[in-house]
Amino acid sequence: MADVNTKNQPNGRIVIDGELTIYTALELKDTLLAGLSATEELELDLSAVGEFDAAGLQLLVMIKQEALALGKRLRFTGHSPVVLDLLDLSGLAGFFGDPLLFVRKATDEGKAL
Amino acid sequence: MIPDEYLQSFVIECRELLEAMEEALLIVEQAAEDPEIINAIFRAAHTIKGSAGMFGLDPIVAFTHAAESVLDQVRSGDIAMTSALAALFIEAHDHLILLIGHVADGSEPSGETDTHGQALIKQLEAYLGGAAVAEPSADMPTIHQSTVEREESDAVGTDHWHISLRFGTEVFRNGMDPFSFVRCLSSLGTVVQLVTLIDAIPPAQEMDPESCYLGFEISFSSAADKVAIDAIFNFVRSDCLIRILPPRSKISEYQRLILDLPEEEMRLGEILVNCGTLTPEELDHILRLQAEHGDEPPRRIGEVLVEQQLVSPPVVEAALEKQKQVKENKKAEANLIRVDADKLDELINLVGELIIAGAGTNLIARRAHMADLTESTATLSRLVEEVRDSALALRMVQIGGTFNRFQRVVRDVSKELGKDVDLVISGGDTELDKTVVEKIGDPLTHLVRNSMDHGIESAELRLARGKPAKGTLKLNAYHDAGSIVIEVSDDGGGLNKEKILSKAIERGLISADVSLTDKEIYKLIFEAGFSTADTVSNLSGRGVGMDVVRRNIQALRGSIDLDSIEGQGSTIRIRLPLTLAIIEGFMVGVGNAAYVIPLDMVVECIELRAWASDEGDGQYLNLRGEVLPYRRLRDHFDSEGDMVQRENVVVVRYGEHKAGLVVDKLMGEFQTVIKPLGKLFKSEKSIGGFTILGSGEVALIVDVPGLMGQIEVEKGTVERAGTVAAR
Repeated sequence: MADVNTKNQPNGRIVIDGELTIYTALELKDTLLAGLSATEELELDLSAVGEFDAAGLQLLVMIKQEALALGKRLRFTGHSPVVLDLLDLSGLAGFFGDPLLFVRKATDEGKAL
Repeated sequence: MIPDEYLQSFVIECRELLEAMEEALLIVEQAAEDPEIINAIFRAAHTIKGSAGMFGLDPIVAFTHAAESVLDQVRSGDIAMTSALAALFIEAHDHLILLIGHVADGSEPSGETDTHGQALIKQLEAYLGGAAVAEPSADMPTIHQSTVEREESDAVGTDHWHISLRFGTEVFRNGMDPFSFVRCLSSLGTVVQLVTLIDAIPPAQEMDPESCYLGFEISFSSAADKVAIDAIFNFVRSDCLIRILPPRSKISEYQRLILDLPEEEMRLGEILVNCGTLTPEELDHILRLQAEHGDEPPRRIGEVLVEQQLVSPPVVEAALEKQKQVKENKKAEANLIRVDADKLDELINLVGELIIAGAGTNLIARRAHMADLTESTATLSRLVEEVRDSALALRMVQIGGTFNRFQRVVRDVSKELGKDVDLVISGGDTELDKTVVEKIGDPLTHLVRNSMDHGIESAELRLARGKPAKGTLKLNAYHDAGSIVIEVSDDGGGLNKEKILSKAIERGLISADVSLTDKEIYKLIFEAGFSTADTVSNLSGRGVGMDVVRRNIQALRGSIDLDSIEGQGSTIRIRLPLTLAIIEGFMVGVGNAAYVIPLDMVVECIELRAWASDEGDGQYLNLRGEVLPYRRLRDHFDSEGDMVQRENVVVVRYGEHKAGLVVDKLMGEFQTVIKPLGKLFKSEKSIGGFTILGSGEVALIVDVPGLMGQIEVEKGTVERAGTVAAR
């Protein structure tokens, strides 16, 4: 089960603790959207994510796109190893644009064509 | 954990592939290099490796990998396929069969097997020379893979597979993670570039977090074939759009791919470029051509590309050819269904019941004297008979598979004996019951070895006799009057009548003054302990064998005989019933019970008092001067019921033994559906099964060999007891 701490700061911060997978996706979607609507700048701390799957990845994409659409700032921080692993595999690190330990060729690069 | 049924289909598939591989290897060993056949071997090794990888069977993967690497070089022409190498591959094939066997039993290979495998891998790797190919690693230069399409081509294009996946919304809910397939792919090769498509994820409000919206475009570097790559997606096939393009596919294939996929053309094009699958120039071409030919029937882009020298003609041809093959394979597969043999047995059982029930109904109808009913039951019985025939036909398999296995036997034996022998197979499509096919293998092997050892002469002798140095062994099968005939013939020396006769006299099998026909003389070699071979070899000549063969064949209710022309060769003919489930029986009555004796074992029926007489000891009859051991079935089975005035003797023969069975009534021939007896009766040797009569009564089927054996044993005990008492 994922524990989510939302601290009422001007800059919102959500810590996702435990699973970020299909099992917690439904619940996390609401938490994340609520967190995003409450603040202008949201930080999502992924350091405590123990399990991460495609459904979790999809959720991160969703919230990122929502933030872009609303013109809010969203940062993912402290990616745990499992998150890094999947981001690396999926090639989506560039999409999120957060500073990571490894640097992959950004997938949007091809748009320069 | 792998579900058992998948593992089982893996084992079945591997065994089939290995069979194909063995066949191909034997051809390669004989003849020159045929690229098609070497490809077939490669494909087999490849698919096994791929599937084994999916199941995480590392020893098999490691072993096939070594074999595959060598085969790859053979394909590309770097290594010549010598007969020594083919022999090594045959050994590798045997080792694989062993490994697959362990998978099937769920057991671990023994240390010895492992060492043998390691030794084989070493031998294989020796062929690769210094540059032994290691496991494919991330930075393995793709130039080393060779696939049909890549040959003699240096045109533009990519060396990577391109895989497009669009997962259905239900994928998560079905418990699968799209990335697990990507990880699985890594076992077959290297994921060079992967683009995750997130375009389909709807805006936050509409998004269902438990639905999957993802897609992948993957550029994949692997030497695996399409089937193996495709197999990875077996579990997700129903809710996933999968497109796999082989390396250097025609540009039109990419064009079609772009059209197929849900995303916008430009976006996809970019992705393909990102993946390194297409160069920007190629993409440009495709898009432009597409625009130009917008409404016309689409021109084959491949042709255009050839004109423009983007792709060389052989590439396009090879790709087309390959696609055709894949399609044809698919078609052939679709026409076959795998059915559990037990289910078939159950069906046959039920049909047997149906026949019995039908016979009962017939009886009642006739007794009731209702014309309508009689007519309708007659129609019913005809239909039941048809159902029976088609049900039995389901169990029929072609004997070709069994015959083909002898290619290997002949090869091994000719090596051992230093004789050059050709195997000619005909009638491989003759069908017979699966159980019979399974049991005929051993006797046939014996006959084939025998023919090669004793029949076919050494090359010098053959030349001296004016025959070609290479001997010929023929296996033939055909249907004849409700039975199947299998022939094993050789063009060797044939049987030496004089030698057989003198040996038989020497062994006391016949007396010196009997005159025998040729056939009777030949039959002598099937007697126990008979061998005319001058030297006892490793293979045959010990005098055990032909009698065992005959016994095996008779156990299948078949017969065996032999034709021979001295100096020109001999032919052994095995005649077998088409099925074991239904026999021609001869029904007899003892007391109130009915018994069925297999008709082909019955020699004659005589009246006990009139033609045969008991000389007094209750064990032997005098049958026209012949001593015939006999047994009253009434005593043997402890039957009750009134004694009859005139008892009959049914003289039965099994092999060289004859015996008389005294019964009360002779009731005639009877189509018998054999039903097995339960475990309780396992120790009862004299009964082979039972059947149900039209009246609903049960009749026991007498197992003649078993009964004779029992009589023999009891007789021995009585005699021993007698001698002990006499002392």
